[in-house]
Formats: sequence, C-alpha cells, structure tokens
Amino acid sequence: MAGEPLLRVEDLRLHYRSGSGVVRALDGVSLDVRRNEALVVLGESGCGKSTLAKALMRLLPRNVQHFSGRVLVDGVETMGYPEERFRREVRWVRLSMVMQAAMNALNPVIRVGEQVAEPLRVHRGWSARRARARTAEVFGMVGISADFLQRYPFELSGGMRQRAVLAMALVTEPDLVIMDEPTSALDVLTQASIMNALKRIKQELGTSFILITHDVSTSSEIAERVALMYAGQLVEFSDARDFFRDPAHPYSKLLMASVPRLHQEETPVHIPGQPPNLLDPPGGCRFAERCPSRFDRCDRDPETFRIGERRTVRCWLHAQESGT
Amino acid sequence: MNAPARDMRGSAAGPVLSARDLHTWFELRQWGFLRVGSVRAVDGVNFDLQAGESVAFVGESGCGKSSLARTLLGLHQPTRGEVVFEGRPLGMLNSAERKAYLARVGFVQQDPYGALPPFMDVRRILHEPLIVHGVRNRAEREQRAQEALEEVRLSPAADFLSKFPHMLSGGQQQRVVIARALILRPKLIIADEPVSMLDASVRVEILQLLRSIQREHGLTLAFITHDLSTVRHFAERIFVMYAGRIVEQAEVNELLNHPQHPYTQALLAAISDPDPDNARHQREVPPGEPPSLLKPPDGCRFHPRCNRMIAGTCDRQDPPDFEPRTGHMTACWLYR
Ligand SMILES: Nc1ncnc2c1ncn2[C@@H]1O[C@H](COP(=O)(O)OP(=O)(O)OP(=O)(O)O)[C@@H](O)[C@H]1O
Ligand SMILES: Nc1ncnc2c1ncn2[C@@H]1O[C@H](COP(=O)(O)OP(=O)(O)OP(=O)(O)O)[C@@H](O)[C@H]1O
Ligand code: SF4
Ligand SMILES: [Mg+2]
Ligand SMILES: [Mg+2]
Repeated sequence: MAGEPLLRVEDLRLHYRSGSGVVRALDGVSLDVRRNEALVVLGESGCGKSTLAKALMRLLPRNVQHFSGRVLVDGVETMGYPEERFRREVRWVRLSMVMQAAMNALNPVIRVGEQVAEPLRVHRGWSARRARARTAEVFGMVGISADFLQRYPFELSGGMRQRAVLAMALVTEPDLVIMDEPTSALDVLTQASIMNALKRIKQELGTSFILITHDVSTSSEIAERVALMYAGQLVEFSDARDFFRDPAHPYSKLLMASVPRLHQEETPVHIPGQPPNLLDPPGGCRFAERCPSRFDRCDRDPETFRIGERRTVRCWLHAQESGT
Repeated sequence: MNAPARDMRGSAAGPVLSARDLHTWFELRQWGFLRVGSVRAVDGVNFDLQAGESVAFVGESGCGKSSLARTLLGLHQPTRGEVVFEGRPLGMLNSAERKAYLARVGFVQQDPYGALPPFMDVRRILHEPLIVHGVRNRAEREQRAQEALEEVRLSPAADFLSKFPHMLSGGQQQRVVIARALILRPKLIIADEPVSMLDASVRVEILQLLRSIQREHGLTLAFITHDLSTVRHFAERIFVMYAGRIVEQAEVNELLNHPQHPYTQALLAAISDPDPDNARHQREVPPGEPPSLLKPPDGCRFHPRCNRMIAGTCDRQDPPDFEPRTGHMTACWLYR
C-alpha cells in the first residue's frame, strides 16, 4: 500500500435540524481519494451527496444539528482546525469545489473573467494582471477562448458557464476538486466535451477529483473508483472496473440494471419503492425495504465488510466472504 | 355535450398529425420596440404521424423542440406552413373546433415542478379540464379522475385526490401531469421531456407507463427528449432535430445502428454506456456549439462543426432530404 491517500474521511456525519426533526443526511461515511485519482460518488436524489460535498468543504448551513468525523488531508487531521485555519490552509487551497447548479449562480453583473480570477485576488492577493494571465490559461484548459474573459454570464451558453465555474475551481491549483453534478443539466455533446477536458486536466496537472452525480453512464467517463451512497450512508466502495462490471451490493446491482444503454435491447429495470425518510431512517439495513435478497439478519444495521483488497460493501450477504 | 371531441373525428386512413413546411419564428426586439431579428425556432419542419405510433423528437437544448410541440398544440401561430390534424389544417378551425382539438391532444409539459398549480389539490387539477370541456356531472368527473389516477398507477386513487403537489414526489407529480393529459381521453399525446427532471430510476418507470398506456389505448405518442439512450425502449421512429430542422428520421433500430447524418453520428458517439474503459480515452466531439437561431449559418446548419463538410456545397446550399437507405431520410449532401 502506497503511503497516505490525499484525502481520508472517517465516519463523517452531518445532520440538519428541521421543523419536523433531525435529518440524518450524512450518517457515517468513510472513504479515501488518492493523488491524481478520480472518485465518483453516485446515488439517488436526496441520498446526501451534496451534504457530503459541503461537509468536506466545511461549507455548512446554519441549521446543522451535528457534525463529526475525521477528515485527513495528506494524513493530517483537519476536523480540529478552527475555521480561520481551515480557510487559510485547506478550503480553496488544497480542496476546491464546483457547487451543484453553480453555473446559474454566477453574478450577472460582473464579467466572467473577474469572477473566475476572484479566488486568486482574494485568497492569494495577486495583482489584477497576474490573476488575469492565470485565468486566461485556465480558460484554455477547460475549453473557453480567452475572449470570453470580458463577457457577462448571460452572454454565455450553459456549457460555457459550466466551464467557467470549473475554471474557478481550478484557478488556485488545488490538489482535489469536488464537482457536484457538473454536467447533469447539459446536452450530451457538451457533457462529453467537458468530460474530455476533465480527463486532460487530470492527466496534465495530476489533480484528484471527486465527481458527484446520479448519472452512472457519464460518471464512467472518469471514474477510477466508485462510492455508492444510499440514504446517507455508503453502501459500496469499489474500483470502477469492479463496480461497473460486477457490482456487489444488492442496491448496486439494481442500480446498474436500471441504467439505459444505447446498445442494449433489454429494457432497463426500475428499482421499485422509494428511499427511506432521513428524518427517521429505519433501524437495520436502510435498503432492506427494497432489497430482493433481504433475510433475517438485515433487521440489524449491517457492518461494512471488506472484500479483497479494494472493495467494501455494507451488506450482511458479504459477511462470509470477508471472513468476519 | 359530454364528448365534444367526437365531433371532429376524421378519416381513419391518413396520418393523425402532419407538419407541412412548418416555421415558427419569434420576433426579437430590444427595449420592446427595436426589431433585432427573428429567432427561427422551427424552420421548415415536415412529418406525418400515423395513428397508434410512438415517435421521438431528439435534439440538443435550444434546437426548437418545445417550440415545435407548442406549435403542434396550436399555442404558437406558425409563421409559415401548417399543422394538419386528421386532414384538417389547424389554421382553418373556428374557436369551438379549436377547443375540441385541444381536448383530443394531451400535453405533458417540460418541468413537472412548474406544471401543477401549487394551490390546487389533485382532485381539482383533474376536474378542471373536464369542467372546461363541459363535463357538468360531478360524480362523472370524480369517476374519471379516479380512473385516470389508476391508469398512472397512483393507487388507491382516493388517497391522492386530496393531496397538493408539494406532498408528492417528483415521480408522483409527473404521474399526475400524465393523468391530467389523459383525462379527456385524447387521441394524441405530446410529451415534452416528460422525465428529464426525474431521477434515472423513476424515468424508466414513467416512460414505460406512457408507453403501455399508449399501446393499450392505441394512442399516438410524440415524445420529445434529448436522451437517445432511452428512445429505443419507447419509440418506433426517431426524428433528429438540429437548429430548428429535422436532419434525420428513421425507424429506431435503423437509426441507432446506421446513423447517416454527421450530427446524429456525433450524438451517438458522445453517449456513454457505463463502461470502465471510457475513462481511458477521449471521446470524439464536434467542435463548437449549435448556431444562433437568429442568424443560422448558410447551407447546412451543421457545416461549421462538420468534419465531412463539402466546401462550396455544404456551406452554400441547404441540403434537401435524401433517402440513403430505404425509409431512412437525412438532410445531408453526402447522400446526394
Ligand atoms: N440545509 C438543509 N436543511 C435541512 N435538510 C436538508 C438541508 N440540505 C439538505 N437537506 C436534506 O438532506 C437530505 C440530503 O440532501 P442532499 O442535498 O445532500 O442530497 P443529494 O444527494 O445531493 O440530492 P440531489 O441529487 O437531489 O442533489 C435530503 O433529504 C434533503 O432534503
Ligand atoms: N416565446 C419565445 N419567444 C422568443 N424566443 C423563444 C420563445 N420560445 C423559445 N424561444 C427561443 O427559440 C429557441 C428554441 O427554443 P425551444 O424552447 O423550442 O428549444 P428546446 O429544443 O425545447 O430546448 P430545451 O431542450 O432546452 O427545452 C431558443 O433559442 C429559445 O430561446
Ligand atoms: S450537409 Fe455537409 S456539412 Fe452538413 S452534415 Fe452533411 S456533410 Fe456535413
Ligand atoms: Mg445534490
Ligand atoms: Mg424544451
């Protein structure tokens, strides 16, 4: 095993307070990302993907009820850092993020180039000129011509705006970029072209990525490892090859069977039922209600079992294999 | 007058719906008066839909799909050309006939979250079109509302009738939208991206639902989508749109297996199936973006992005429809 991963997360939890109780949106997630690796986080709407991203960046809303766990960057625990130190040493420095729907959140009255250069001006104190030169360079990497620096967001297509927010996340040369649904609202050709740019950037700059999405097919364009979430928890964490070819968790299997494929005659099969309410998630396995393989043990919360070197599965069916 | 729709039944033989040289342009003005030009959202579209068939219109954002749908529904007045329903041009209908037309065409609009009025419960949402179309008897309306909910598998229907949209999941809301589209027992359904806002697992379910309803009642279904990976399961014929026009049409397997137009080929090549090897190589994508519909390029609208462009032809003359394979039409000079 080669050294410490770039990012290691242990038992991360983030719960929200709401009118009707506590929403356990992120409920004990552990994962790691190596240098120059692309991790894909998959899961249905509402399973806690964006909550995971916010927890990693520590961009928390006001109504947080509980936040705990360990977040190690290069082996150094950062959960204990006060906000000031986290901001100075981690957020936008080591880790950066493209928020869900960020392309619609660009400031309409500020030129795109200035907005993208802002992290350099604010966090690094760079001169306008130096920041502009760097911004032009990053625009090139994400596939926007430098002429667009002077334009306003409304003058850009959706695809161009998405590239601009990606440039904003890359401009400070972070080690890891978290992208929350970066291509979900875009057309296939634009999606493919942005995924191409990500692959190139990963190869050329050695950046690591966490790509958060519910789009299994597009995620395979970059995935080296896959973490599948269900109802606030990780149910499977595998190499992409294993996950896509031979998914292990019953939910992973159903998810893969539900994906429409261009060159497949069989109709994709939808997963019956709905995910549980995170206000009061059921005891035992959270997937049990929809699981075709459910057995008596599933009434207890499954452990996360390790299968071989590179895979963990949170399901009682795998207790044997892992030798527990 | 319980079923005004019956008045309009035309001959069974011909196409149900046709577009003839259909153009829908939107005038663009600056500061409310200065004429800047026209957005040619639909720019010369022709097709025939036969009774009982299911077709898909596929194309990228902004290519004119919704404008086409709205023109077919009579919500936009065509700038040129006409929509023909059962042999009669919409432009020639008087207002009573127009209303009868709308009763025979169900519309499932894009974005289910905006489609349902938040202050109405499901009962009112479903009764409303019946009231508008003259179903006076409350018990009959209630009966039909229940039937429609059962048709979209929202059962027990009684539980759903008193719910407001915010109490329903996205998938359930979309079923209500479909139930509303079905309630007047239409002959044709136009569904504008009925599932694009929904989770992938729910999408398939809703598309299957629409398809089974269509088959059961022998409806004609025209659905609009930008997702080619699902069309094979829900449509028999595909129309590919680019910049306001249909550039290719064929039976679904024929089109997916033998795409002819360079744009269709590019679209298909850009779609991923979930394969771990995808991460190893770059995908081929045509450069640039779709053109502005204010000033579409001369000649073939795809020529600035096309890697097989024939200089002097493609950039000068509009390609007409060619038929490179039987029943497979494409507007591309390569097949001249
Ligand atoms: N600020 C908040 N306050 C209370 N509940 C929240 C808050 N943000 C999210 N939630 C809830 O937490 C759960 C997880 O939400 P989250 O946004 O992380 O899901 P997601 O997986 O990103 O979904 P999507 O795919 O739709 O973006 C949901 O039930 C959501 O309603
Ligand atoms: N009422 C209108 N007035 C002016 N322009 C319009 C109007 N409706 C649509 N347009 C323009 O016509 C073009 C086609 O739009 P349309 O909504 O038909 O595309 P679409 O294919 O449905 O796109 P999407 O996939 O994003 O829904 C766009 O450039 C749009 O801005
Ligand atoms: S007509 Fe010419 S430019 Fe247009 S798609 Fe065909 S080859 Fe390409
Ligand atoms: Mg999210
Ligand atoms: Mg549309």
